[in-house]
Amino acid sequence: MEQIKRFVADFGLPRIIIAVYLLGLFLMAPMVGVSLPGALSDTSIRIGMNGIMVLALVPMIQSGCGLNFGLSLGVIAGLLGATCSIQTGYVGARGFLCAILVSQVFGAIFGYGYGTLLNRVKGGEMMISTYVGFSSVMVMSIAWLVLPFTSPVMIWGYGGEGLRTTISVENFWRHILDDFLAVQISDFKFPTGAILFFLFVSLAIWAFFHLKIGTAMTAVGSNPSYARASGVDVNRMRVISVVLSTMLGAMGIVVYQQSFGFIQLYDGPLYMAFPAVAAILIGGAGVNKASLTNVFIGVALYQGILTMTPLIFNAVLKLDMSDVIRIIVSNGMILYALTRKTKVLK
Amino acid sequence: MKSSMKSRLRLFLIENAVVILFIVLIAIAIPASRLPGSFLLQEILTRLGRSSFLVIALLLPIMAGMGLNFGMVLGAMAGQIGLIFVMDWGIVGIPGLLLAMLLSLPISILLGWLCGSIMNMAKGREMVTGFILGFFMNGVYMLFALYAMGSIIPVTNPELLLSRGYGIRNVVDLESVRQALERFIPLKVWGVNIPVLNYLFIAAVSAFIVWFRKTKLGQDMRAVGQDRAVAGATGIAVERTRIIAIIISTVLAGFGQIIFLQNLGTINTTNSHEQTGMFSIASLLIGGASVTKASIPNALVGVILFHLLFLVAPMAGKNLIGSGMLGEYFRQFVSYGVIALSLVLYEWKRAAQEDDARALLRGGAGSDDGKGGTL
Repeated sequence: MEQIKRFVADFGLPRIIIAVYLLGLFLMAPMVGVSLPGALSDTSIRIGMNGIMVLALVPMIQSGCGLNFGLSLGVIAGLLGATCSIQTGYVGARGFLCAILVSQVFGAIFGYGYGTLLNRVKGGEMMISTYVGFSSVMVMSIAWLVLPFTSPVMIWGYGGEGLRTTISVENFWRHILDDFLAVQISDFKFPTGAILFFLFVSLAIWAFFHLKIGTAMTAVGSNPSYARASGVDVNRMRVISVVLSTMLGAMGIVVYQQSFGFIQLYDGPLYMAFPAVAAILIGGAGVNKASLTNVFIGVALYQGILTMTPLIFNAVLKLDMSDVIRIIVSNGMILYALTRKTKVLK
Repeated sequence: MKSSMKSRLRLFLIENAVVILFIVLIAIAIPASRLPGSFLLQEILTRLGRSSFLVIALLLPIMAGMGLNFGMVLGAMAGQIGLIFVMDWGIVGIPGLLLAMLLSLPISILLGWLCGSIMNMAKGREMVTGFILGFFMNGVYMLFALYAMGSIIPVTNPELLLSRGYGIRNVVDLESVRQALERFIPLKVWGVNIPVLNYLFIAAVSAFIVWFRKTKLGQDMRAVGQDRAVAGATGIAVERTRIIAIIISTVLAGFGQIIFLQNLGTINTTNSHEQTGMFSIASLLIGGASVTKASIPNALVGVILFHLLFLVAPMAGKNLIGSGMLGEYFRQFVSYGVIALSLVLYEWKRAAQEDDARALLRGGAGSDDGKGGTL
C-alpha cells in the first residue's frame, strides 16, 4: 500500500489517469474495429510534427521564466521563415532549409526583444507572455495584409488583400522530413526523418544543458541568488533561454508545416502555445523544472490521446466528443501544474 | 530630492499612461471615422448600459489583491445557462430575466467557490490560474450544454435543441426577452434612447460595491489585498475572504452577462462567454484601473473609451488606409495589447516601488541604476 502511495505521489495522479486512459483506448481499438497500425502511425506522425514545439518550452522553464505561453512569437518567426522561403521559390530540401534558416534569424531577433521585456517583469512572466503573444499575433495579422509578398501561391487572386489564410506547401517541401527513410507497411507509416530530426534537436539541447552555459541557466532557474553569488549574469542567462525557446518554436512550426502541408497565417498561431504547454506538463514537468524525458513522455501521451480519442469515441458512441475532452484534459493539466507546489517528477 | 521628483513623475506617467494613450488615439480616430456625433452618442449610451455591469463585477477581487479576475467567464457561463432554461420554459420579458438571474445564482456561487478555492492553491499567480480555469470550465460547460442538456437535464423546446435531439443549438434566439430592460422605461431625449432600467441596475450594483467596502467584510478584504500576512496575523480569515471576493464577482458576472445578452438578443452557445472576460478586463484597464487599484469611475470611463475606439477604429482604418480587415485586426490588437501593457506597467511599477523602498532603507541615496530589475 505504501509503495503504491509513493508511486502515485512520484508519478502524479493526473499522469496516471491519462496513461491508463490512453492504454484503455489502445486496448479497445481492435475490439471496436479501429485499425491499430493506422492509429500508431498517426500517433508517430503527430509526435514528429509537434515534438520540437514541446521541446521549445524547456529552456525557459529551466531558467525560471515559467511556461512560455508566448510561444506564438516563435511561431510567428517560423511563419516568416516559411513565407520567405516560398517567396524565393526554392523547392525540396533547399526550400525547407531556407525556411528554417530565415525562421532562426527572426526567432533570434524576436526572442531577444521578448527576453529583454521579460527581464523587466520578473514574477509576472506567464500572464504577460500570454498577452504579448496574443498582441503580436494581431500585429502580424496586420503585417500579413501589407507585406509586399508577390508569390502567386501565397497572395489572394483578384479582389483580395494580403496573403491567403492558409498556404499549401505541397509543391515546395511537404513531407520532406516525414518521407525521408519512411517505413511503410500497408497502412502503417513511420515518419523516420521527422522523428530523427526531433531526436537530433533534442540531443543538441541535451548537450547544451551539459555545457557550462546550460548548467548556469539551470542554476538561474533553481536559485537566482545562488547563481548571482557564483558570478552568473542572471539577466543574460534568462535572455539566452528566451532566445533559444523562441528559435526552437520557430523551427518547430516549420517542421509542423512540412508534415501538415499548410502554412496557417493570421489567427493561426493564437493558441499554438497551449497544446505544447499541456504536453510537457503531462510529461511530468513542473512550472520550474523540465527534462527531455518530460518532453518525450508528454508529447507521446498527449498526441496519443488526440489521435485515439476521436477514433474510439466515433466508433463506440457515434459522436465526436474529442474537442471537449481535449479542452478538459489539456487545460486541466495546466491548472494542476499551476496549483501544485513545484516538485520534479522523473 | 531631484531623484524623488523624477520618480514621482515617472509613477504619475506610468499610472495614467493607458488613459492618456487612449484619449489621444480616440481624438485622432473620431474625426477620421467621419461617423456622425448623434450615432456615436446613441451607441455609447446603449453600450454603457450593456457592458458596465460586467466591468463592475471585476472590482472586488482587485480590492482583495487577487488581480484581474480572468475567472469571471465562469459567471458568464452560469448566466447563459440561466437564460437557456428561461428560454426553454418560455418565460418572457422582465420576469424571464429576473428568473434567469435567480437560476444563475446557485451555479455562480458554486463556480465562484471552486474558482476561489483553486486560486487559494495558486497564490501569487491568481491571474494565470483564473485564465486557464476559464478555458478548463469552458470544456465542462460544453460537455453540459452540448451533451447533458436535453438528454440528462430536461430541455424540451425543439427550437433550442440540435437536430440530433439533445444538446443546445449553436445560436439561441432571445427574442422573448430581447431588450426587455431597455424598453421597460422608454425615455427619449433629443432623439436619443436612454436605457433607464439598465442604468438603475448599474447604479444599484455601484451602490452595493460602495456599501460593501464599508462593511467589516469589505474592510477585511482591503486588508487582505494590502498584505496577506499582516491580515492573517490580525485574525482575518484570509482564504475565506478571498473566496467570498471571487464568489461575489462571479455572481455579478452572471447577472452582467444576462444584461449583456438580452441587449444583443442572441447567445452563441459555445463562445458568447469567451470574450466576456477579455472585453471587460480591457475596458476596465483602459479606464485607468491597474492590477491593484480599480474604481467605479474607472469602469464607466473605460467602457466609454473602449467602445468609442471599437466603434470608430474600423471606419477610421478604412478612411485612413483603405482596409476594413486592417481595422478589425487593429481592434483585436488593442484589446490584447492594453492587457499586456497594463500587466507590464504593473510589474514595472512594483519594481520601481521596491527600488524606492530600498533607497529609503539606504538613507535616501537614490538607486536609479536604470536596470529596473527586482533583484
